[in-house]
Amino acid sequence: MRKPPVDPTVPGRRLGRAGLLLAQFLVLVLFAALVGRLWYLQVPMAEHYRELAVANHHQQLVVPATRGQILDSAGRPLVNNRTELVVSADYHEIQAMEDGGEKVLSDLGEVLDVPLEELRQRMRLCGPEVERPCWPGSPYQPVTLAEGVEGPVALQIMESADDFPGITAQAQAVREYPQGEHAGQMLGYLQPVTQEELDAREELRTRFTGIDQVGRDGLEAVYDSELRGTAGLRTLGVNNHGEVMDVISDELPVAGRHLVTHMDIGVQKAAEKALAEGMAAARPKYRADSGAAVVLDVTNGGVVAMASLPTYDPGIWQGGIDQKTFDEMLSEEAGEPLLSRAVQGTYPPGSTFKVSSMSAAVENGYALRSTYACPGSVTLAGQSYENYAGAGQGSITLKQAIIASCNTVFYNFGYQMWLKDGGLHPDGDPAEDMAEMARGYGFGSPTGVDLPYETGGRIPDREWKRTFWEETREVNCDRAENGYPDIAETNPAHAAYLKQLAHEHCVEGFEWRANEAINFAIGQGDVLVSPLQLASAYAAIANGGTLYEPRVAKAMVAADGSEVEPIEPTIKGEVPVSDETIRYLQEALTEVTTSGTGGGAFGDFPQDQVAVAGKTGSADAEQRQVSSWFASYAPADDPQYAVVVLVSQGGTGGETAAPIARKIYEAIYGLGDGKELLPGGEPYSDLPTVRTDGSIDPLER
Amino acid sequence: MDTHMGSPRSGNLGRTAATAAGNARRLDWLLIASVVALGAIGSLLVWSATLPGDGGDPSDSIDALLRHLAHLGVAWVVCLAVAAVDYRTVRAYAPIVYAVTIIALVLVLTPLGAVINGSRGWIVIAGFQFQPSELAKVGLILVLATLLGEPRDGETRPMTRDVLFCLLVVAIPLALVMLQPDLGTTLVLCSIFLGMLTLSGAPVVWVGGMLAAGAVGAIAVWWFDLLEPYQVDRIATLMDPAADPQGAGYNSAQALIAVGSGGFDGTGLFQGEQTHGRFVPEQHTDFIFTVAGEELGFVGAAMIIVLMGVVIWRVLRVALGCDLPYPRLLCVGVAAWFGFQGLINIGMCLGVLPVTGLPLPFVSYGGTAIMANMLALGLVLGVNSRDRGFEF
Repeated sequence: MRKPPVDPTVPGRRLGRAGLLLAQFLVLVLFAALVGRLWYLQVPMAEHYRELAVANHHQQLVVPATRGQILDSAGRPLVNNRTELVVSADYHEIQAMEDGGEKVLSDLGEVLDVPLEELRQRMRLCGPEVERPCWPGSPYQPVTLAEGVEGPVALQIMESADDFPGITAQAQAVREYPQGEHAGQMLGYLQPVTQEELDAREELRTRFTGIDQVGRDGLEAVYDSELRGTAGLRTLGVNNHGEVMDVISDELPVAGRHLVTHMDIGVQKAAEKALAEGMAAARPKYRADSGAAVVLDVTNGGVVAMASLPTYDPGIWQGGIDQKTFDEMLSEEAGEPLLSRAVQGTYPPGSTFKVSSMSAAVENGYALRSTYACPGSVTLAGQSYENYAGAGQGSITLKQAIIASCNTVFYNFGYQMWLKDGGLHPDGDPAEDMAEMARGYGFGSPTGVDLPYETGGRIPDREWKRTFWEETREVNCDRAENGYPDIAETNPAHAAYLKQLAHEHCVEGFEWRANEAINFAIGQGDVLVSPLQLASAYAAIANGGTLYEPRVAKAMVAADGSEVEPIEPTIKGEVPVSDETIRYLQEALTEVTTSGTGGGAFGDFPQDQVAVAGKTGSADAEQRQVSSWFASYAPADDPQYAVVVLVSQGGTGGETAAPIARKIYEAIYGLGDGKELLPGGEPYSDLPTVRTDGSIDPLER
Repeated sequence: MDTHMGSPRSGNLGRTAATAAGNARRLDWLLIASVVALGAIGSLLVWSATLPGDGGDPSDSIDALLRHLAHLGVAWVVCLAVAAVDYRTVRAYAPIVYAVTIIALVLVLTPLGAVINGSRGWIVIAGFQFQPSELAKVGLILVLATLLGEPRDGETRPMTRDVLFCLLVVAIPLALVMLQPDLGTTLVLCSIFLGMLTLSGAPVVWVGGMLAAGAVGAIAVWWFDLLEPYQVDRIATLMDPAADPQGAGYNSAQALIAVGSGGFDGTGLFQGEQTHGRFVPEQHTDFIFTVAGEELGFVGAAMIIVLMGVVIWRVLRVALGCDLPYPRLLCVGVAAWFGFQGLINIGMCLGVLPVTGLPLPFVSYGGTAIMANMLALGLVLGVNSRDRGFEF
């Protein structure tokens, strides 16, 4: 050991003093730094952290609004809400239990007769790695553990609340479709919201609960926002365990509005029954695979009934549809019941289309009150065209041409107007008067009905042909070159024919040919219309030429009846036909049911009480049986309703569709067995009353 | 025991005979007032932090407040009692205090010990919880002051052999605390040792060597993954508190939200929504500063930092007033302890230092911690009332 320095005073004291001063300085600097940091957090950054703090302890709970009902014009429910007893759990309260809610859930499982494992799964919050069943909603909403619980079971849970902490049993609104299969496609159904819908609809996104459903089809879809109402927003103050400590603000939900429709459930059922019976009668001679019947109010475009068969019960969507039922719904064997034939189905209109062709001829230079040749067949552009059954009637008026449905008169119109436009090689802009008139009647574009997925049908003309050719040219030209080797293996002759066809399509497929124009005139060939389009067109003829957009909805009524918003008829346009022509057509159509092609079906119909004006149609399509049409309106002298019936592959219009239409008229006017469904043949002019408590007072007459 | 003191200044010792009134006059009243103020603010914060949310039992919170006040009361009595005793007498008991401390630290590792918050740092006897590692801080200061502050005959400062012996003395409690494990207390013990060694006049090689060893040790721990994963997370969180707010970063993120949302003037006592939503964990103990941040705002929270600063400054001033190395090192040890622990605790609440489980001296709830703090204050006041040093 080295001898230490002798002077004891200097190093220790001096070092100590300097070191202590340095230490004091260090403390000053470090603590000043802390104050600086504190200032930074609490003054410039305060707002930022306040926002984070609010997000921390404010939880927003979306309280769904009661969905509005859908009513028929008399106030009878088409879609309403049923209350159901639901057992649910407070997510956070269960989670906070020492055993994670194990005991409560297993007790509950015994009472409900549900395995504990299932209850545990239902308590899980859904996430990307959580398989169903799980809870798709917010943990601040009651987690549904069992639906449709029996009353006594629910009561037992409510009465022994101490045994079931965090568990509640309460009534919950569930969508109900009391009419079952009736009008299924028109009413639509609800499904859980998809991400696309959330992205597209802001009002849905800002008030989304996670278990919301939206209308996916029919009126439920089109009027979704109105029926949905406005969800409430409750802001809860929560602690770090998510336990609710107080309600900071509570914005109450506004219940959705009721939708009153033009529909009459009686007429709807009658139409469906008549259609089903008519289709059954057509079998087995015809396939009669599907059908549609549309009843429009010609004075405003209101949809009184719209039947589409086969149909289905929208109730199957409730509570999640299972895969098997879903596949069945979309399968061809089941007849694709989700598809509304009235709105989404397109068919060649056949002779019902002659009203348009006649209007086109008359408005473009052919004399209304003249006579035209109706031979058994005509040869046009080197091809022979026959009347139905090949019968000729000599020289006839246009009225007779409609009544007897003489094709050759219209073949001539089609051919001559095609020639006038320049035939195969038109100079400049062809007039396309036939197609123009068809569009004037509303064909070729959607009617604008308040139902989703509506088809526009097809009105072919030279431009359409060219577009179609351009779209298909590549394929056709390839086939023209290479043929159909796969078909050639089994059927060389057919393959050669197809190759020749492909060659023609490739080289001259853009040409609007004489035969196409000729077939167009009788509603054949590439012309396609929907039953609703045809009903809308006949409604226009009936009311003197006004084309309405068909409307199912008649009014929106607030849930407490305090506000009524009528949905006014929308006029789409006037049919470009003179009043004289319209009147002439009306007269012609009125005679169809007495002395024309509808005479058989309406033979003993009390025309003196209610005169029906109409037109049959029997439309051919390749590889299909003839489809049966009847387009009509009544009463002929003071039109109120247009009725259009279609039976796909159901035979001629006169034998299948016309009798169905007759039954519908009989039901409306009480001409058959039953009493009149629409007394006086008038639709309800008043709206049903919605009382302040939300209940509905149906109209009685 | 004093016979080896050959200093001409040894006559100063005669002043210890001054009257009690004289002692009182010489007491550092600013230091005492600061500690009283910290205790008072701490009581209010503990009360607010333990106020129940809706549905709880309001009497729980009064219970916590009353217990806290009882701790403070007892601790003040002990503090004044220690202050009244001559520090040279206290020095005589240093080895005993140290030995008791070591035994207690061993006991916590036996079945007598209880695990709280992942650390086996508690002894529970007859319902009383007791945290030996808090007392170990006081014990270590006493022993180190004796070893480093009592130069042998002919020496004026600690020599290499003293430093080596000190290392042994430090290593035992350090190892025991690390076994709990309690990283926070480990760091406090190290900082006490380094602080006292630096100002003891020990050979510069040793001082520099220890500081370098500390730095190398920290780097090595980091480099060779010697930390528990949660500790790595806490440090990683410090670098980026938003990285995982519900996981490792939760404490830190919630502490920042509570402090930041308080703003300049705070939400008012008992009015903090973050505090009453219990978003910050351990808010009546380790994170009590966040309650001040939210409810008292910058005004109140900065006041706590200033008061802590004043306490340390005054303790160091008492050290400056000492002629003799032993009482001076006593004060230095206490200052190093309060300074380091206050810095770490507040820095953690402000998101600038990693989260370690250390209470805020004089403010946080916790009987043993308050007792240890007040014991240390008592030692300083004992020195303060008796010694007289550099005049300035």
